[in-house]
Amino acid sequence: MIKVQNLTKRYAGQTAIQDLNFEVSQGEIMGFLGPNGAGKTTTMRILAGFMPPTSGRATVAGFDVFEQSLQARAHLGYMPENVPLYTDMRVTEYLNYRAALKGVPHRRISERVGDVKELCGLKEVERKLIGTLSKGYRQRVGLADALLAEPDLLILDEPTIGLDPNQIRQVRELIKNLDRQHTILLSTHILPEVEMTCSRVIIIHKGRIEACDTPDNLLGKIRQAGGVVLEAKVGNDNGAGELKKIPGVRDVVTDGEDEWKRFSLWVESGVDVREEVFRLASDRHWTVRELTQRRGTLEDVFVELTHPDVV
Amino acid sequence: MRKFYTLLSREVRSYFYSPIAYIVLIFFLIVSGIDFYFQVSFMNQRQVQYTVEEAFFNSVFFWFAFVLIFPLITMRLFAEEFKLGTIEPLTTAPVRDWQVVLSKFLGALVFYLILWIPTLLYFWIFLRITNQSAAHSAGAYFGSYLMLLLLGMFYLSIGCLTSVLTRNQIIAAVISFCAITLLFFLGLVQFILLDVTSTTRGLLGYFSAIEHMGTFSRGVIDTRPIVLYVSMTIVVLTLTYQAFQSRKWRL
Repeated sequence: MIKVQNLTKRYAGQTAIQDLNFEVSQGEIMGFLGPNGAGKTTTMRILAGFMPPTSGRATVAGFDVFEQSLQARAHLGYMPENVPLYTDMRVTEYLNYRAALKGVPHRRISERVGDVKELCGLKEVERKLIGTLSKGYRQRVGLADALLAEPDLLILDEPTIGLDPNQIRQVRELIKNLDRQHTILLSTHILPEVEMTCSRVIIIHKGRIEACDTPDNLLGKIRQAGGVVLEAKVGNDNGAGELKKIPGVRDVVTDGEDEWKRFSLWVESGVDVREEVFRLASDRHWTVRELTQRRGTLEDVFVELTHPDVV
Repeated sequence: MRKFYTLLSREVRSYFYSPIAYIVLIFFLIVSGIDFYFQVSFMNQRQVQYTVEEAFFNSVFFWFAFVLIFPLITMRLFAEEFKLGTIEPLTTAPVRDWQVVLSKFLGALVFYLILWIPTLLYFWIFLRITNQSAAHSAGAYFGSYLMLLLLGMFYLSIGCLTSVLTRNQIIAAVISFCAITLLFFLGLVQFILLDVTSTTRGLLGYFSAIEHMGTFSRGVIDTRPIVLYVSMTIVVLTLTYQAFQSRKWRL
């Protein structure tokens, strides 16, 4: 659905994105992650046909976003960052206008507008001026607009920014329910959201792709993945030394001043050492009060890839 | 075509969403109404060689209101879209750039024409009350309003061009006001600079909107100004289109 080859965009004096290559196939929900200024919005704007790349190629539904811009744009619903809207129009009026602009057949406009209002929870504000709506509702108007023409591809630039947790949940549900008909490319800062909704994730940093994989695979790649925490009274034993002997354990860090020690085990990915740890503790008569496998989060992946000094 | 109509109808309606439309309408009606009243009362007191209709369209009062309305109508056209960021959803919808430019220009033109409709009433009222026509012939009315349309097209296109070049409405308004005022009063230069040659004088005469208005309001339809204003409008709109497209490379 989306194909990006060596995409580069330079603004006066600085490079926003450098040699991006990725593909998004039909029906996928692709998460687009990166710190502020990483080039997410630039990439999305190029894909939406808002501006041309400096070099490289991008196609949407087989159409070049620059050479065949009009056909490409006809296939996508784009929700820009911060959702700029005509504040002096009413919600229904605006959606009617957008539907006509996007070439929804005349007799289907009221049906489509009704559908997206229903879907995005805009029924109660349909007569209001957009300028008087809260941020959350404006966000939903933007989303409704993107969905109007039933596009094959949705490009959503930070669809949940500025929303409260309830609204975020609603938007997330909405996006999840869409995935059957649509291909979605969405950018966000909220990592749990990506873990819950996206089938694949691209992490972009300083204009380059740092990783592109499924959330699970990404988690497997990082150091913290599958780490185990053991809290136990080990008496006079050298706890760390014993634990390191377990196959699969790379390193052990010990904390705790009193007789209760806390061991953090770094483990090779894909290995579960909890059983071995239990046997060791039982052989040595250690008193155990915690044994947990720490699940790595996408946040760890994100921080590790985009800010390696912190880890 | 349907998309173009959708764009156009939004452009026209958007004038009436904001108070600008009503303020411009009221301002314009007050000034042109007072102008009409002054001209008629002036002519009541002495013998003159021209008609009410000619006097109305050729007074200083009228010119003042005339050059001021164009920046007011056009300043927000593109500048506001750039400022609010609504240019992004607009240009990522499957519409062509020329459709956007042309719909904004025609939307402004439609509003401009709406502005003039009430002035027809003045002549009708004059006819009802005095039982005589304000002009020699129907051709004089036709000529006047045709010239208004031609000048309107040209000056609105200048307004479009200045609006597309900036995201600040005030800057757009000031620049277009300067340009339109200079162009409109170009014909007066020959009266100010006394040492200009007759060739320069003649040349300036071709561009003098005031002179054109004078001719057309007498009912004389000269094709030269028609060609001038139509072609200039096309040139300036083409420049507007180019400037609008260049935004992609300036980003």
